[in-house]
Amino acid sequence: MLKIKNLHAGIEDKGILKGINLEVKAGEIHAIMGPNGSGKSTLSAVVAGNETYEVSEGSITLDNEDILELSPDERAHRGVFMSFQYPIEIPGVSTTNFIKTAINEKRKANGLEDLPAKDMLKLIREKSELLEMDRKFLSRSLNEGFSGGEKKRNEIFQMAMLEPKLAILDETDSGLDIDALKIVANGVNKLRNKENAVIVITHYQRLLDYIVPDFVHVLHDGKIVKSGGKELAHELEEKGYDWIKELA
Amino acid sequence: MSLHEKLVSSFMVLENQGKLDLDSSIHDIRTEAISSFEKQGFPTKKDEEWKYTSLKPILKYDYSVFPKVETAIEFKDVKKYFLHEIESYKLVFIDGVYSSFLSSTTHDGYDICLMSAAYKNPKYKLVLDNYYNKIANKKDSITNLNTAFSMEGAYIHIPKNIVLPKPIQIVNFYTGSEKEILLQPRNLVVVGENSHVQIIERHQSLSSNVVLTNAVTEIFASKRAIVHYYKIQNDDENASLIDSTYVQQKDNSIVSVNTYSFGGKLTRNNLEFYQDGEYIESHLNGISILNNKQHVDNHTLVKHQTPNCESFEAYKGIYDDASTGVFNGKVIVDQEAQKTNAFQQNNNILIGDKATINSKPQLEIFADDVKCSHGCTIGQLDESALFYMQSRGIPAKEAKALLLYAFTNEVVEKIKIPELKSRITKLIANKLGVKLGFEM
Repeated sequence: MLKIKNLHAGIEDKGILKGINLEVKAGEIHAIMGPNGSGKSTLSAVVAGNETYEVSEGSITLDNEDILELSPDERAHRGVFMSFQYPIEIPGVSTTNFIKTAINEKRKANGLEDLPAKDMLKLIREKSELLEMDRKFLSRSLNEGFSGGEKKRNEIFQMAMLEPKLAILDETDSGLDIDALKIVANGVNKLRNKENAVIVITHYQRLLDYIVPDFVHVLHDGKIVKSGGKELAHELEEKGYDWIKELA
Repeated sequence: MSLHEKLVSSFMVLENQGKLDLDSSIHDIRTEAISSFEKQGFPTKKDEEWKYTSLKPILKYDYSVFPKVETAIEFKDVKKYFLHEIESYKLVFIDGVYSSFLSSTTHDGYDICLMSAAYKNPKYKLVLDNYYNKIANKKDSITNLNTAFSMEGAYIHIPKNIVLPKPIQIVNFYTGSEKEILLQPRNLVVVGENSHVQIIERHQSLSSNVVLTNAVTEIFASKRAIVHYYKIQNDDENASLIDSTYVQQKDNSIVSVNTYSFGGKLTRNNLEFYQDGEYIESHLNGISILNNKQHVDNHTLVKHQTPNCESFEAYKGIYDDASTGVFNGKVIVDQEAQKTNAFQQNNNILIGDKATINSKPQLEIFADDVKCSHGCTIGQLDESALFYMQSRGIPAKEAKALLLYAFTNEVVEKIKIPELKSRITKLIANKLGVKLGFEM
């Protein structure tokens, strides 16, 4: 589904990603771990299409289509979703209106009519219950004054609404207490199927107890220096990242 | 001959033609006003209050001061300029002349009628003697110009204990019957104790001929009166407007003046509130959304003269292309006005590379036990918010519009008439060039 080949990217002259190769197939969960500053968030931002980063070399394809030239919204229409490490507050736009607009824009791009209001409400109810969200958050301005945990839950709620083909969870576990972490992980697990894939980006192994990866990749200095199964996450938890740096 | 000279001599012509009632007290007011105007002339950029707004580009025309022909218009052609979804009283003027055909007035328990009638009819003399030109700023030459020439406008007198069953719409149309026209409507709104009034005002040019409107409105709110006044400024790009609105409030009254500036070439709003009683609330709200070379200048004054009163001011501006905006918000708290709460906020977003805004809060506080705050922001669209929205599938153009929409929302939410709120929302969407899939 997703193929990243020899990806080099950075900000202005500063290289951050220095040759990433990664292939994610439908139905798989990949975890990307690594120390701070290794390029984890840059990788997710580049896949989602953040123009702050410049891609100097390499390619990203989704279902064999080159997506590097596509705008972030066009990537979203093709099924890319990124859960932000720091979700943005948007005063004046309610969560409900925001997600309605997002869903209908996606439908429009795919040649579909707007989702009828009744179906939209039903969908919102269903998905907000899945994430055990307090309904009052839906009518409040998006993320405004939400706690860290509420913001993350709202991200996964949006993911549940949009049903992406490829979901990238960027440090979704940070700022979550254990109960919220379980709810969020449970939400992600319920959304899994054979057609979609998830990339979990995390510093700690904690989240991976609940969202169990098929593959774990370790990122260091803009490169994947080691790949393995879920046991690699435990190894990192025990040994820390220092031994990884020596591999590079 | 300059416009200034032309206007002064036009006044004499008017007197000689017998078009003015020379023996009336109104005429004394007119003569005093024209002689002030003659001395003062039009303001220039050297005047502190006009530093960022030059009248030069609109004073160069050879304005016709008295329309020569009367033009009729069909309701169906102008229906869209009315808030036609609801019942209302209507005062409609075409090229400065009252249109009985399009209007719907009343004298049933209260007067919603014409200034021209009020000037002449002795029945209204007492009200005029008490209120007319009482709070209009005599130092303002343009207001004086209006006082000298105004022949027509809305006369609204609501005695005490009346809650108006429907709002009043004041609509001024210009048909373009003259190539360049100067219009000077004058409104007087007197609201008695405990009475409630809502007014929607609009100036609308129906052609691309040049028009300059110099409008003056005086609003008097008695004890416990509630007045909500909405100004829709969405005119043709060859239309300019100088709108001066003066408000005086008595104890426990609530008055809001809400100004929505989306159109026109040059718009100057002078809005002055004078509090004369205790426990008064004054609300000043505004939204300006400009593009091309449009210019809007909001000059406001709130004069807290009495204790225990509040004022709330919120102006939002969005400036695209090479448009320019001015916000000058003066708040004066007199020594007697203890326990004043005065809040002022002016937020601006610059989208166009050549757009500018000059924002100037001015607080003059002479009392020591008061709560006053002001905040002024000038910013650009938040790039990280744009990326966030795009990453959810909302295209850049819609994402921008949604952010701008949200930016104005706080002020839109203050509109008390639901149909008007949805109309303003639509005007904003049009101005931003998008169709949003929901109503905010």
